[in-house]
Amino acid sequence: MHVPVEGFMYPNEVELQWSVLIVLYPFITGLVAGAFILASLERVFRVEAVKPTYRLALLTALAFLLVAPLPLQLHLGRPERSLEMYLTPHRSSAMAMFGFVYLWYLLGVLVVEIWLEYRPDLVEMAQSSAGVKRWLYRALTLGSYNLSQRAIQIDDRVGWIVTIIGIPSAFLLHGYVGFIFGSIKANPWWSTPLMPVVFLFSAMVSGISAVMLLYMLTCRLRRRPIDMRCVDTIAMYLFYTFLIDFTLEMVDLIHRIYEADESFRSLDFMVHTRLYFSQIMLQIGFGTIVPLSLLAITQLVRLPELFRKYIYSVAGILTLIGIFAMRWNVVIGGQLFSKSFLGYTTYKMGFVTREGLLPAVVLSILPFVILWVLVKALPPWHEPAALQQEAQGD
Amino acid sequence: MKDLKDAGHLLRLAAVFAAVFLMFLLVRGLLVPRSFGQYGHYRGAALSEIASRPVTYAGHQACEVCHTDVVELKSKGKHARVACESCHGPLANHADDPASIQPAKLETPSLCPRCHTANQAKPKGFPQVAPDDHSGGVPCDTCHKPHSPVIEAAEVNP
Amino acid sequence: MSMTRRHFLLLTAAAAAAWDSVVAGTPEAAPNYNRSEHWYGMLMNIEKCIGCGSCVRACQLENKVPDGYYRTWVERYHVADWTVESPSVDSPDGGKNGFVELKDSGGKNFFVPKLCNHCADSPCTQVCPVGATFVSPDGVVLVDPNYCLGCRYCVQACPYGCRFLNPATETAEKCSLCYHRITKGLTTACCEVCPTGTRQLVDFKNPKDPIHEFLKTHSVLVLKPYMATKAKVYYYGLDGSVR
Repeated sequence: MHVPVEGFMYPNEVELQWSVLIVLYPFITGLVAGAFILASLERVFRVEAVKPTYRLALLTALAFLLVAPLPLQLHLGRPERSLEMYLTPHRSSAMAMFGFVYLWYLLGVLVVEIWLEYRPDLVEMAQSSAGVKRWLYRALTLGSYNLSQRAIQIDDRVGWIVTIIGIPSAFLLHGYVGFIFGSIKANPWWSTPLMPVVFLFSAMVSGISAVMLLYMLTCRLRRRPIDMRCVDTIAMYLFYTFLIDFTLEMVDLIHRIYEADESFRSLDFMVHTRLYFSQIMLQIGFGTIVPLSLLAITQLVRLPELFRKYIYSVAGILTLIGIFAMRWNVVIGGQLFSKSFLGYTTYKMGFVTREGLLPAVVLSILPFVILWVLVKALPPWHEPAALQQEAQGD
Repeated sequence: MKDLKDAGHLLRLAAVFAAVFLMFLLVRGLLVPRSFGQYGHYRGAALSEIASRPVTYAGHQACEVCHTDVVELKSKGKHARVACESCHGPLANHADDPASIQPAKLETPSLCPRCHTANQAKPKGFPQVAPDDHSGGVPCDTCHKPHSPVIEAAEVNP
Repeated sequence: MSMTRRHFLLLTAAAAAAWDSVVAGTPEAAPNYNRSEHWYGMLMNIEKCIGCGSCVRACQLENKVPDGYYRTWVERYHVADWTVESPSVDSPDGGKNGFVELKDSGGKNFFVPKLCNHCADSPCTQVCPVGATFVSPDGVVLVDPNYCLGCRYCVQACPYGCRFLNPATETAEKCSLCYHRITKGLTTACCEVCPTGTRQLVDFKNPKDPIHEFLKTHSVLVLKPYMATKAKVYYYGLDGSVR
């Protein structure tokens, strides 16, 4: 496989090891963490305004979390051995420990919280549905139909505790990914203590944007009015989180430029050439400055509802593109330059290959398919009539 | 204070998790390789597996067992420290079964220039020539004996 | 190293004994090999390297290294005058077939062979999620191809670029210091064929190993010492421009 190389690279460095799937993976877990943080805003911090998105945010987190391991599995040289990470985890390896963080978050936090939140619905549907669905819901209730006031109170309390534990768990879930990169001393593009923090805040930004967009979209599909108080509040949290994220990334950049260590010249050249489009234009320009400015306008000036809806939509989409670009720039960018600081290689992304563009696209769409199934099975909205409409409309 | 009856569903959930955990422990006990952890956090058997890989280069000591005449000649010349297989290639299979596996005859015009073609990056004291200028296409072993390459004054035609 | 008759006879006997065990099938190690008695490294004498590529070829043959990947390779440096911080470096096909003469003359030119440094504090073994790569009791960093997942975390963590993913086995691979040879009393394939004595296997735990005397009388360096990996490949004659 001939790859165009500029300058000198160590012979084994020419081929990239971590592909677009490894770009996709932190993007997905970032959405999970961000969606969950948004959900916790209501549950723990009592931000009433965002309640309409609570259940949707949880289901979004679950849909994305279920898909998260798939790009990793496709990427592994020997995926059939992936269970080894749970059987003989190497305690000094961030990647191994992450396997348990993922499992904990999925089972101990997200599934428990969703179950507790949906229990009344599950009991009702177990009793009212028929056929296969009935068995499904009965299984999900674990055979308990107790919906007494005391039971509900207990559920509420336990759910609150789970969310409290869930917030640092969500931080850990995505901060760990940043740590996996940030702790590699061999790679100066990755190695910085800021990496987990930057990853985490960009995760929150992407997750909040995703839930905001999904809420607006599902309202349109259900032909229901968008709760503007909810969306305005979400946009406000998005704006401030994004400001912090942007600040952190700029701190990292300025620090690098100022210190100018041995890697700087090589990295600087890379950013201005091979990463120009993805970093300067997509990530910083269209993906950060434009949405931040748009959101800033809505925070400073009282605009009519329609304008705000359009701005939120555009800002949300640009944000997601920008955060994806950030993941790309970290993962792919970190492998484009030589550790000798004397050369650069090129990323040849296949299309219909195991780690190519097509699987990446399929895996990006899959969470929405799963979300659709989840929304059908566990409707976030207490409107039976709307369910029927949706079923007919699909 | 939790009323146990109203927290029954939570106990069921805990039971499900406990069952899954026990299953995991069982699977782990069955699947983790026996020798894992013997010397460290790895499969101890890997050490012997890796050490059992077949040898391709015999090593000059093996050659020296039989080819004592060449050893004698080579030890006095400039190629004393050049291992046999450095030029003759891997010959563990020949050392294993000398009768049936014979090493190929070497072609000096393609062999010797590998080391002795002049290059700025080579150490200054190292004997190096531009092959075409030096011999004009004549094979190197026409004048040089590979096992003792320096041409002695007495060997040059008077 | 001149050979006395007695030395030669002793060596032959030892060689014959070692060879017998090699010939008798493929044993896991020489019968009297005790792992805890060895701590391996390598000594590279840069001043002797002629860039012939014999080591790269021998390694490929000995270890079935796939084309386009390198367990060891040779780099050529061209340092023009005093610009130590910006050398020109090349390594055509890892230096496997030698190097074509550069048109640009002048400046300083030299070869640097590289391989896995078998770090005592290796970052690659630290990050392996399952324990498929490890430091053996005799100081060799090895990969267990029957356990490796192919996640490539180790490839990313190596500061020296010595690891790769073998496309045939889809597992990580790198120089194994010819573990299958050194445990039988042989030297590595690259050291065996090196015609100038640039590469030498060393055993730090062997009190008779010449490395001890060498270290007392020569200045040596490791590559990227600031990475603090306790690399065990020592370079004598290494220039400041070497990356």
